[in-house]
Amino acid sequence: MHDKTLTQLAAGLAAGDYSSREITQSLLSRIDRLDGELNSFISVTREHALAAASAADDARAKGNAGPLAGLPLALKDIFCTQGIKTTAGSRMLDNFIAPYNATVVDKLNASGMISLGKTNMDEFAMGSSNENSYYGPVKNPWDLSAVPGGSSGGSAAAVAAGLVPAALGTDTGGSIRQPAAFCGITGLKPTYGRVSRYGMIAYASSLDQAGPMARTAEDCALLLGAIAGHDVHDSTSVARGVPDYTAELGESLSGLKIGLPKEYFGDGLAPEVEAAVREAVKVFESFGACVREVSLPHTHYAIPAYYVIAPAEASSNLSRFDGVRFGHRCDNPTDLIDLYKRSRAEGFGDEVKRRILIGTHTLSEGFFDAYYKKAQQIRRLIRQDFLDAFEDVDVLMGPASPTPAFDLGANKDPVSMYLQDIYTIAINLAGIPGISVPAGLVGGRPVGLQILGPHFAESQLLNVAHQFQQATDWHQRRPAFAEENA
Amino acid sequence: MALEQTDVQRAAHLARLALDDADAARYVDDLGRILEMVDQLQAVDTQGVAPLAHPLDATQRLRADEVTESDQRDHFQQGAPAVENGLYLVPRVVE
Repeated sequence: MHDKTLTQLAAGLAAGDYSSREITQSLLSRIDRLDGELNSFISVTREHALAAASAADDARAKGNAGPLAGLPLALKDIFCTQGIKTTAGSRMLDNFIAPYNATVVDKLNASGMISLGKTNMDEFAMGSSNENSYYGPVKNPWDLSAVPGGSSGGSAAAVAAGLVPAALGTDTGGSIRQPAAFCGITGLKPTYGRVSRYGMIAYASSLDQAGPMARTAEDCALLLGAIAGHDVHDSTSVARGVPDYTAELGESLSGLKIGLPKEYFGDGLAPEVEAAVREAVKVFESFGACVREVSLPHTHYAIPAYYVIAPAEASSNLSRFDGVRFGHRCDNPTDLIDLYKRSRAEGFGDEVKRRILIGTHTLSEGFFDAYYKKAQQIRRLIRQDFLDAFEDVDVLMGPASPTPAFDLGANKDPVSMYLQDIYTIAINLAGIPGISVPAGLVGGRPVGLQILGPHFAESQLLNVAHQFQQATDWHQRRPAFAEENA
Repeated sequence: MALEQTDVQRAAHLARLALDDADAARYVDDLGRILEMVDQLQAVDTQGVAPLAHPLDATQRLRADEVTESDQRDHFQQGAPAVENGLYLVPRVVE
């Protein structure tokens, strides 16, 4: 059961091979057995899951079940879930029971999907390795001494280890695509505004986007169809129809124009990763696609711009955590300012404080124009680079990360850690969609091929990724951890 | 731009974060290197480039001025650290 995709599980449910309750019980047992070692879940919602599975089975028996009814998944612990602990990986919210559901959670519930629990993550989604969680680091099932990537590392590790067939993540600077690459699964960051952010604990509001993580592009298409669409509760969500993402998965790629950004194949890229990515591109050439080099000249400035904009937005968003209405409150405050300052100092971890301090500094009097305004101007130049490139090509391809997963504890310097996201961050600044698909193994650790498209080109990206997965078997490889514990 | 411990303490105060001198000293180095990296932005000529705050370059939509939410104060206050008679309790502000 643990090795099946959502699509395979749906077929088995429809055929009556097993019930949703049997799937749920099987995966809950696997989580009990294996997650002590991985630490990919913060909360396992056993009773909720079994009750929802029984309801899905009843609906199916009565002929009322939709195509996703009874299928399991996990939710990054950044999505508010009514009556269930929602921590964002932080001590600040260790006692927070969300009073409402995020819109994506409501949509998944309405489709009949079953959440088995809330997955571990870097605190408030700040990190590239999942070592910044109050609940401890997640381990990569491909190599337990390696990080799973961040910040949706818990979701990625849970899928890779076969604890769930799919999960939701969020991506502010690469936090779906990089952990998907490190864990050998498929992860899609949709266009900004394609999926509602309502009830998703905000890190950087103009960059955050929820998206699916699964074993295949086909499953990501199913999940995106369930969560995409306009939401009256989120004025940044886009009022635009949602296509049937699974309907276009069979389109031919003959004549597809692929651009390889020369800036994504320069210094800092591990040669073995480059070789794997170039091999993957050859697969598309065999489909009849045309490949050419393109340039994204402002790529070099994406990380500096991001580390002004994201912390600035974070310093504002995280001001709501003040110990008054919810979350952690310090003991015996002497006055209101003491309550604020000590509650926040005790509740937030090091990386969160670092970004709040940077954001507050760059927004403060005398620094705003030099940092924030400048970064937003460069953001426009970065976005224009992509728009120009998509005048000439249909999609861009490159690595999702410069290296495979690194060892736990290996990257202690914050600036070096930030540079891990060099190929993913610009995409968030521009708001375009991107997907990472498994495309090789280097030293036993997965490599991700990143495919980028213009705004709202999710159907095309999913089709391109799906065609690749029809011709290769990288997405079918499983870590020894999952195989040995079958 | 070089960063000093007083800059860190100033930012911490503005952000309402308690930070003792030892912590502030620890952050000076990290934040200094981050700002050094960020300073690469100054090399780009952005004369005449409009800042981009929203990736789709969208403007905020207005909605009808109608009540759409019901009062859920009691529900939301269930998660508060301290409440009394529908109010959030904090240390006394005015003596």
